Amino acid sequence: MTEKNYIPGEHPDLPPPSNMIGPVAWIRDNLLSSPANIIMTILSVWFLYIVIPPTLNWFFLDAAFTGEDRNACRAVADGACWAFIGERFKLFTYGFYPEEHRWRVNLSFILLIVALIPVLFDKAPFRSLGLKFSIAFPFIAGWLLVGGLGLEPVPTSQFGGFMLTLVIGITGIAFSLPIGILLALGRQSNLPIIKVFCVSFIEFIRGVPLITLLFVASTMLSYFLPPGTNFDLLLRVLIMVVLFSSGYMAEVIRGGLQAIPKGQIEAADSMGLKYWQSMRLIVLPQALKISIPGIVNTFIGLYKDTTLVIIIGLLDPLGIGRASLSDTKWTGLSTEVYIFVAIFFFVSCFGMSRYSLYLENKLETGHKR
Amino acid sequence: MNEAIASQPQRNIVSRLWNDKETRSVIIQIIAFAAIFAFFFFMVRNAISNLESIGKDISLDFLSQPSSYDISQSLIEYSSRSTHFRAMIVGILNTLLVAVFGVILATLVGFLLGVLRLSKNWLTNKLAYVYIEYVRNVPVLLHILLLHGIIVHALPLPKNAINLGDTAFLTNRGFFIPSPSFEPLFWVVAGLFVAGIFFSIWFSRYAHKVQDATGRHYPVFWINLGAIIGIPVLAYFILGSPIIWEIPELKGFNYRGGMVVRPEFVALWIALSLYTAAFIGEIVRAGISAISWGQSEAAAALGLSRGRILNLVVIPQALRIIIPPLTSQYLNLTKNSSLAIAIGYMDIVATIGGVTLNQTGREMESMTIVLLLYLTFSLLISSFMNWYNKRIKLVER
Amino acid sequence: MRVTKSAAVAAALSLTAFTAQAATLEDVQARGELNCVVTTGVAGFAAPDENGRWEGFDVDFCRAVAAAVLGDGEKVKFIPTTGKTRFTVLNSGEGDILFRNTTETMSRDADLKLSFLPVNYYDGQGFMIRKELGVTSAKDLDGASVCIQTGTTTELNLADFFRINNISYEPVAIETNEEGITNYSGNRCDVYTTDASGLASTRAALDDPSAHIILPEIISKEPLGGAVRHGDDQWFDIGKWVVNALINAEELGITQANVEELASAAGDNPSINRMLGTESDMGAMVGLDAQWAVRAIKAVGNYGESFDRHIGPNTQIGLERGLNALWKDGGILYAAPIR
Repeated sequence: MTEKNYIPGEHPDLPPPSNMIGPVAWIRDNLLSSPANIIMTILSVWFLYIVIPPTLNWFFLDAAFTGEDRNACRAVADGACWAFIGERFKLFTYGFYPEEHRWRVNLSFILLIVALIPVLFDKAPFRSLGLKFSIAFPFIAGWLLVGGLGLEPVPTSQFGGFMLTLVIGITGIAFSLPIGILLALGRQSNLPIIKVFCVSFIEFIRGVPLITLLFVASTMLSYFLPPGTNFDLLLRVLIMVVLFSSGYMAEVIRGGLQAIPKGQIEAADSMGLKYWQSMRLIVLPQALKISIPGIVNTFIGLYKDTTLVIIIGLLDPLGIGRASLSDTKWTGLSTEVYIFVAIFFFVSCFGMSRYSLYLENKLETGHKR
Repeated sequence: MNEAIASQPQRNIVSRLWNDKETRSVIIQIIAFAAIFAFFFFMVRNAISNLESIGKDISLDFLSQPSSYDISQSLIEYSSRSTHFRAMIVGILNTLLVAVFGVILATLVGFLLGVLRLSKNWLTNKLAYVYIEYVRNVPVLLHILLLHGIIVHALPLPKNAINLGDTAFLTNRGFFIPSPSFEPLFWVVAGLFVAGIFFSIWFSRYAHKVQDATGRHYPVFWINLGAIIGIPVLAYFILGSPIIWEIPELKGFNYRGGMVVRPEFVALWIALSLYTAAFIGEIVRAGISAISWGQSEAAAALGLSRGRILNLVVIPQALRIIIPPLTSQYLNLTKNSSLAIAIGYMDIVATIGGVTLNQTGREMESMTIVLLLYLTFSLLISSFMNWYNKRIKLVER
Repeated sequence: MRVTKSAAVAAALSLTAFTAQAATLEDVQARGELNCVVTTGVAGFAAPDENGRWEGFDVDFCRAVAAAVLGDGEKVKFIPTTGKTRFTVLNSGEGDILFRNTTETMSRDADLKLSFLPVNYYDGQGFMIRKELGVTSAKDLDGASVCIQTGTTTELNLADFFRINNISYEPVAIETNEEGITNYSGNRCDVYTTDASGLASTRAALDDPSAHIILPEIISKEPLGGAVRHGDDQWFDIGKWVVNALINAEELGITQANVEELASAAGDNPSINRMLGTESDMGAMVGLDAQWAVRAIKAVGNYGESFDRHIGPNTQIGLERGLNALWKDGGILYAAPIR
């Protein structure tokens, strides 16, 4: 213990005491800092202990991956019977889409990825060209899937499975954003009739559950169409889903619009910009940027809501699963079906929300108020 | 207006009108109004001619006819001889029941999750995070079906029921619990309970006044607790437990007597609550973390205890941020309760919008009623929450 | 206002469109496809097989109508519906004709504005229950949980039956037969109730059919038949006489195998000649050609052949003809003559 004298300001940096760094200190700080904290840690560990091992067992260790039917599964293991999912995997993916035309579904999926790249990443090569393709994509995919114009038509009643989820989800996302923007602008408009119409439309949509709108689509809507017109059920559902999510979208975007100071619009006016010019060049780019988290949340909600179509008889993955459960070879395996579908939704929705976080950080330019 | 374009001098008028802001907005609005009107006119016209062609009319007479179907869970007296109108009321009450219970449970679990997300304990924090992300990213319909499937398949049949102390029984046909029947003396207890509530309201104000005037601080919480819970409980035992519990017993296929909570209700209630709770958890976390540390530190510097910092400084401010998004979660929960139909819980959509629609073939009338009912609920909930929001804002000032 | 004027025009157009719509036959022929409303799946009556092709007793009637009207029994688009959506789909014009285990009742006929075709299956509502429960009569079902398809007549019969016998039950509402199977085999309910034919088909589809019994009580009359919308008599006649033709064909001994031979030249039996168009052109009366019945029988066979193929004693479903035998054989199947 020798005493040293240092010139002020020249004291060398000493490493922190060894008990303040490293895993031990981390554990002490984060898990054991106070009696309450210790209790929480014990509870959490106990919770993990009762949840994780049985779950793992059920999922993997005790699960049967092959087998002819439920009894074959049960004979091998007590856990999940993934053989069921394996056998029905194609049905889960394509629904009843005719076997010989499934390349069209696959091609649409590949094109979807191509179309997504320029939308998601602004550094993608040939972006402006790519964006044009992205806008055209819903129509190209619609043609590929439904057929006509040289391709053999496939009735939409044969759509099903994850493919149907993607069809409804992507259509909803692609069309609800522009309609939502128009509604939001209409709601902010100073033309009273347009404003009243937009407000009542938005409030109506937000006031009723999607399922009732789907019932309207499946039971009532055909009475409102000219007699003799036959409107495809899937098309009616798509219209309802788009209208539904555009109502929510409009509210999200309105939030963004309200954050733009009035001075900006007045400045645009004084520069002689027309209404649409000032909206397109000044207001919307800022407003949309602010609303991105809300927009993505609406997308996620819409995507999850596609499951509701089983209630009116469309066969999305959940519907396929329930129909498969009535096959007595496999009855009682509902948990497997639901968990399988849940994993699919979790992966896609979690991906979307992560992307939205990434985007938020990237677009953060100090405008946050 | 289109005809006008043909001739030259008139075009000037048109373009002058168009370039005038006021007139232009009038023109746009007239066109919009005409388009909307034409659209609705077209639709209604179609509906009338369609209904005419099959000879149907629109009337609400069917509501007063006997429904002829049974409903498994009803809060009011109902049988297959009751009218469709009564069936609708049963549906409304069932929707409200699951919505009210759902809102309560979702709020409790949601606040708990929000607090856990703010916990300094890394493990707890991450557990809450994983839970919230899992629940939020999976459709609520899946949660409902999964839970219903688990309840139906994992719980035993009535004859092997899980016996909770010979009073309550868990089966896959429902949870059978004792039902109370009240003796006259019970109303004394009930009266004391109500009196306790009034007392505690008065006492809180009084204590507040005293504290403002003298700085003296009463243990308000404990005194109120004693008045509301303690005295009635004491009275209950002194009066010799004036409630008779009817205990369910196994007879034939199912338990008889007592009250029963159907698995459909439980599945819907729990699934909706847990789903909404995940969203509320995030809202609560965001609300609390938006209150700057400086506030808590300042309060601590004033010598307030941890509990009082939360109560007096953090929560009132956080609530202002939390209430508006919380409202829309409550609305979502109520609207999501319409998914009941997927598991056969008899709510509005399943009664008037389901069986009644079906048996009477009155699609137009039934669906319109269903839509109007949900609109009313949404309106009521949001106006109540707006009122509450305003109230806590006033307290703030 | 230009716009309102055009709306008036559109409305006027829609009125003319309405009068045109009454001719379902022309619509179907123009479309080249018959839209037939069926169940989402009741084995033996209407269900898609592994390849997605619809098969079953009800499906055969759709095909017979398509064959009579369009000349090809394959030109049918099947619209699967739940008990709830079936009539809406028909009434809104989405479907042309309905063959979906549907009970003919007065309120459906008069209030739901349907016209019922001749009965193609006489049925009644029954109960299925696990053997191990030891129940032998429906009157012992006091307190049971009963799975019941909503939107059906069975739902109403069930309420009546338990009410009359003054016993209680818990209705478990389900939407489709699949859900019924799932709930029944998952033990959510003790009893599954629907038409006896549907019960037989459901039981056959269960894991161990012998572990379940169908109780002897039949608590209702369920005359099942096809239906069309009110307001198009010609289309109704077509549906009605195609059904009658299939029943008459069995009576007259016309089969899928011999129909072409019988139709090639007029034979000794004037009834056969009339039906097959070798003697007179009965088809013209309903807007079809002379060969309509030949094509219908060629497509699916006569009533008995279709019955045996899909739901008869030699199939998985294993239903006896019973009431559905011809009147000559002790049943009540008694089709109006084609003359």
